[in-house]
Amino acid sequence: MVVFEKPKSLTQKEFHYCPGCTHGIIHRLVAEAIDTLGIEGSAIGVAPVGCAVMAYDYFTCDMVEAAHGRAPAVATGIKRSLPECVVFTYQGDGDLASIGMAETVHAATRNENITVIFVNNAIYGMTGGQMAPTSLPGQVTQTSPYGRDVKTAGYPVKVAELLSALDGPSYIARVAVNNVKHVLEAKKVIQKAFENQIRGKGFSLVEVVSACPTNWGMTPQKALDWVEEKMIPYYPLGVFRDKTAEEVQA
Amino acid sequence: MGNKVLMKGNEAIAEAAIRAGCRHYFGYPITPQTEVAAYMAKRMPKIGGVFLQAESEIAAINMVYGVAGTGRRVMTSSSSPGVSLKQEGISYIAGSDLPCLIVDVQRGGPGLGGIQPSQSDYFQATKGGGHGDYHLIVLAPSSVQEMADLTALAFELAEKYRMPAMLLADGTIGQMMEPVELAEPQEPKFEEKPWAVTGTKCKREHHIVNSLYLAPDELEKKNFERYERYHTIEQTEARYESFMMDDAEYCVVAFGIAARVSKNAVVAARKKGIKVGLIRPITLWPFPKAALEKAAAQVKGFLSVELSMGQMIEDVRLATHDARKVELCCRTGGMIMSPDEVLAAIEKLTGGEK
Ligand SMILES: Cc1ncc(C[n+]2csc(CCOP(=O)(O)OP(=O)(O)O)c2C)c(N)n1
Ligand code: SF4
Ligand SMILES: [Mg+2]
Repeated sequence: MVVFEKPKSLTQKEFHYCPGCTHGIIHRLVAEAIDTLGIEGSAIGVAPVGCAVMAYDYFTCDMVEAAHGRAPAVATGIKRSLPECVVFTYQGDGDLASIGMAETVHAATRNENITVIFVNNAIYGMTGGQMAPTSLPGQVTQTSPYGRDVKTAGYPVKVAELLSALDGPSYIARVAVNNVKHVLEAKKVIQKAFENQIRGKGFSLVEVVSACPTNWGMTPQKALDWVEEKMIPYYPLGVFRDKTAEEVQA
Repeated sequence: MGNKVLMKGNEAIAEAAIRAGCRHYFGYPITPQTEVAAYMAKRMPKIGGVFLQAESEIAAINMVYGVAGTGRRVMTSSSSPGVSLKQEGISYIAGSDLPCLIVDVQRGGPGLGGIQPSQSDYFQATKGGGHGDYHLIVLAPSSVQEMADLTALAFELAEKYRMPAMLLADGTIGQMMEPVELAEPQEPKFEEKPWAVTGTKCKREHHIVNSLYLAPDELEKKNFERYERYHTIEQTEARYESFMMDDAEYCVVAFGIAARVSKNAVVAARKKGIKVGLIRPITLWPFPKAALEKAAAQVKGFLSVELSMGQMIEDVRLATHDARKVELCCRTGGMIMSPDEVLAAIEKLTGGEK
């Protein structure tokens, strides 16, 4: 399994995440990619508004805290100013797929040379468990107390599929972190999303199907099971776009 | 120096920004300022700069936030409805103590309003505009020459005090053609700022650009510190032009295009023997309070001339402690007063007194 030695790119600060929250694992995978690629000194991260708002305290690289949903625009500014730096955003589903959808789509369609880590936990974690754009049909949340009714609340947004319909982006993949096998796959995919940027390939987004035991009202183990049984069937894992592979073939 | 060229106000802003070493521009089209973007789109790629047409004003200001965090000169421009959209980002930039330039070539409002010149964003510009305790440095050009000069000054002041600056222009000056003398071009400065995010190169602690302080005592301290800086700015950076004030018994206060109209009216009133002068604020924040306070000791009354329903007039009354009567001469919605209308208002204020 993952060797439990703290990656160099994480600070000594203790995570504030709830027990069983997958934000911690995903931070680790990002930090491991930064370590492996030796880009700690040139990386600049953009933190979201959401449970990961304090990500700026956890990564040892330079960090900027963006307004809710604006991380891709902020990252665009940073990258255009410092093209030699490796710029990434770390965003939740409310942040990326609701309030920040325009910024997401346009950074993707510009094929902005940045890396986006998208944490889909089907809920607004930080504000206490409201319906997210990614909440599943029927899912009970604080603002869908009778279950998400698709007739009035619409259907969940499948970000990876949606962005793959654009000509612009280079790399779009969906991974999960609910078991060891998935974590190991996620590690590879996240690293590739950073490598693409270093190689100047453009916009790479990794959607990570995640768990929020606290606001799902489940034990950590039950939450991981729910990811497997409910989330993954709706949000299939895989690589949806890989222009770099197309180049290799051509 | 010394070479005058004929330019449109909006183009003068763009050229002056480039000459001041600004190499990053982000904007979204809106009348009556689109010439700024068009000029940047043409020039930036030729000089290794960045022009990006953002998907919205919200995105544009957040791109500005990103560049500002790296410590480089950066700007955006828009007009009233677009500047309203930028307010979230402006508040974050102010809260993160970053310098940048925002240009507002104002048009009539509220709502979609109109596309004709206005000064009705005065409150929004000078009182903060977005949420929270903060100010912008606000400069108000009243000629194409000042469109250029104040653009350069705005960058300098923004960087000196680590805060956003706004050029608050209006559609008339934006569209007007006048001869302008441009400053010598400056190469962009790339010195490392001690707070900027530029990559640690594994040689220093990480920098964090942020406006979040969950502990209220910390946030209060941050705001106190910022306001100490604001206090210094109020003491040292207020700028204004004084016209025929030496022996004036009445004082017109006006900025931007309204000041140009008022100047003609003051000259006409003088011909009629009315002792009136003009104070033209060049900085709207800091407002030239001391100059107005001093004038209050000299004159019998003030006339605030504005292209709004009367916004600056509140600052005139505050600065003069209501010690003298302060009257309003205004047009709004994109209408501009004529010098005759201002003259009539001066005559009413003075009660026919010579
Ligand atoms: C403009 C604005 N609107 C609303 C909020 C309140 N808010 C903070 S976090 C959040 C939702 C975050 O959810 P998500 O992006 O899914 O992240 P998670 O906490 O689930 O990781 C909201 C609505 C805000 N901070 N700013
Ligand atoms: S509320 Fe949910 S997403 Fe937020 S830290 Fe807790 S478990 Fe994680
Ligand atoms: Mg979420």
